[in-house]
Amino acid sequence: MSSSEAKVVAIGQARTGRSEPPRQDPPEKLYEARRAVHNKRIDGPFRRFKWFVMFVTLTIYYVTPWIRWDRGPYAPNQAVLVDLAHRRFYMFGIEIWPQEFYFVAGLLIMAGIGLFLVTSAVGRAWCGYSCPQTVWTDVFQHVDRFVDGDRNARMKLDAAPWTWGKVMRRAFKWTIYVVIGFWTGGAWIMYFADAPTLVHDFWRGEAAPVAYITVVVLTLTTVTLGGFMREQVCVYMCPWPRIQSAMMDEKSLTVTYKDWRGEPRGSLKKAQRNPDQFGDCVDCLQCVAVCPTGIDIRNGPQIGCITCALCIDACDRTMAEIGRPRGLIDYITLEDAKREAAGEPARPAWKALLRPRTIAYFMLWGGIGLGLLFLLGARNHVAISAAPDRNPPFMLMSDGSIRNAYTLKLRNMVSQPRGMTIAIDGLSGAVMWTDSIGRDQAARSQTVTVPADETSTVRAYVVAPNATPQQDFAFTVRTTGKQPESARVETLFTTPGGER
Amino acid sequence: MANKHVDQLTGTQTVGHEWDGIEELDTPLPRWWLWTFYLTIVFAIGYVIAYPALPMLNRATEGELGWTSRGQLAKDMKAAEQSRTALREQLAQIPIEQLPDHPDLMQQAVAGGAAAFKVNCVQCHGSGGGGVVGHYPNLNDDDWLWGGDLKAIQTTITHGIRQPGDDATRNSAMPPFEGMFTAAELDALAQHVQALSHKAPDSAAGAKLFAENCAICHGANGGGDRQVGAPRLNDAIWLYGGSRAAIEKQVVKPHMGVMPAWDKKLDPVTIKMLAAYVHSLGGGEDFAPEQQQPAATVDDVQQ
Repeated sequence: MSSSEAKVVAIGQARTGRSEPPRQDPPEKLYEARRAVHNKRIDGPFRRFKWFVMFVTLTIYYVTPWIRWDRGPYAPNQAVLVDLAHRRFYMFGIEIWPQEFYFVAGLLIMAGIGLFLVTSAVGRAWCGYSCPQTVWTDVFQHVDRFVDGDRNARMKLDAAPWTWGKVMRRAFKWTIYVVIGFWTGGAWIMYFADAPTLVHDFWRGEAAPVAYITVVVLTLTTVTLGGFMREQVCVYMCPWPRIQSAMMDEKSLTVTYKDWRGEPRGSLKKAQRNPDQFGDCVDCLQCVAVCPTGIDIRNGPQIGCITCALCIDACDRTMAEIGRPRGLIDYITLEDAKREAAGEPARPAWKALLRPRTIAYFMLWGGIGLGLLFLLGARNHVAISAAPDRNPPFMLMSDGSIRNAYTLKLRNMVSQPRGMTIAIDGLSGAVMWTDSIGRDQAARSQTVTVPADETSTVRAYVVAPNATPQQDFAFTVRTTGKQPESARVETLFTTPGGER
Repeated sequence: MANKHVDQLTGTQTVGHEWDGIEELDTPLPRWWLWTFYLTIVFAIGYVIAYPALPMLNRATEGELGWTSRGQLAKDMKAAEQSRTALREQLAQIPIEQLPDHPDLMQQAVAGGAAAFKVNCVQCHGSGGGGVVGHYPNLNDDDWLWGGDLKAIQTTITHGIRQPGDDATRNSAMPPFEGMFTAAELDALAQHVQALSHKAPDSAAGAKLFAENCAICHGANGGGDRQVGAPRLNDAIWLYGGSRAAIEKQVVKPHMGVMPAWDKKLDPVTIKMLAAYVHSLGGGEDFAPEQQQPAATVDDVQQ
């Protein structure tokens, strides 16, 4: 807002990267004002790919909570649901309990290795196409273009004084920002509750306070980060660019300006006058104009480059117009860049994908994925744990027998109530009863019903004849019904003589 | 900043140090970053004004909002108290005999009783209610001096054991038999008492002495009498120990425990919850209104 015309000119000069000798005595500044980025509209294969990724990712984000999934009467019908209140995570046919969080941990590890894989193969493609910051910044930049016009119009409007028309225009634009931010935050909370019910409650003011707080916070952060801070997030806040430079090597694809082909640069007129003295770059600055982070790729690899390749689209278009081959700016590995600069023929980009490092990452990534799938298929939907009473550890009964008490936890991890038969395994002569069954029905096994998707706590009393020595034994649990499952837990039977 | 170093390549001033030929650029911060920093300072000042913050000699500054962690605790305690009133009212209205018919209420009563037990009862009975042999009864087992149904437990807690001035208190007195038996007689008697629970071969002399002196309270077979609080002697549980010496000592100079009458300290609802908790420890008995069900004896088990 405070940026003046003079500043815009200065930035323009700075970006050309020429004609200015290094300043000898720069003024001491406490801070650096943000240089506004007004990126120009461009079309081309990479821009279309960016559109495609944006469409896919946003569709996944906004639509997923509305997919229904019938789980019967005892579980929610939302396909993807993070049920924090009941500590369950539903994802289509999969249901994750808190103690199965290793699945989530495994997915996070896969996501991490996936980033390594992608980065080592195609550089910062994550940053350029699918990072949420990139996607939402792109959305907001299209809003800018829709409201204020393309690059030149926006620069003019930015520099213009605050007239009534500009105020109205800005208010309109920021309103759209807020609406987009609200939609973003609104979609987020849908993952944590039944979406249709939540929308209904939300507008009637009956939703949980945390829902409103989340929407407000996410609206604000979306507008702030995507609408106003944009490339500042990538350059100053995000740790990933720093890590990425360590993940990449000379065999990773990256967006590169082929200076050996472009330099020395000069305008088309000059170049036509003296074709031998100039390279292919005609200094049209289109690569700078379209860049969403406002950098000049011709200055070499830099932290602001998110490898979205819009500059490739722009440069290829200029090259086509002046009848020169495409690829002055292109995806290329540093190794191939060296080779090409030395005059060797160009190698196809896909060859950078297949090399030991990427294959190793892929094997690791796929191995973890297969392991998780195996665990998912092999996991048990019933579990039992036993905590013996420690105070007192055993109890002498009036008939001389010895009683131990245990707190059993029975987990029923399916969305149907199930009968479960708890039995004593070992400990001959012992019988058990529970807090709800009673000693008069003491037996070797007891059946209880565990509600759908719940953990039941059962207090079990095990009584063994007087002379029983202290020993280990086990509780087994077996579900009754169609697909019986069983689990077992070892524990200790304590006796008066056993404390030695 | 006497001598300024300027990086020739970028035109940016450096911090002026050099490490093996590497110099650090003194790049200015982004403006938004600086503003965020100023905002945190403003926030901190506001926080210090609003909340207790600066430590003074005796206490910290109080803050304009008047908030204290103690006040917060008092508020939370009051809120917790209020959230329990509904349950307490329900418990106050329901006779304890009907409590087992309401499993939810029973469960909450047990939970509340467990908390009250930890405050009032653990000093004697132990944190798990296990008691101490020779001093305090175990509350987990199935042996009850005065009855183990909810009502009996409630009465015991309410009026205590051997509390002077409380007409309804549990009161039993075993006479001291000091000087009444010779050493041999005493030994024979103790042997018979042990024999009642098969701890020793029987003694005819002891049996005769028992029938003459003890059976009136403890029953001919040592089955005890809950009406007068006479302990059962023919089971495996010994409040004051089951050795010959311990039995003899108890005959000669009986040790008799006391327990406070808790109605002086606790309200009826808390006592009800305590009774539910003690009943739930594993030895609680069902209501048997008329007939006295003979409990299993050692004989039954060993047959």
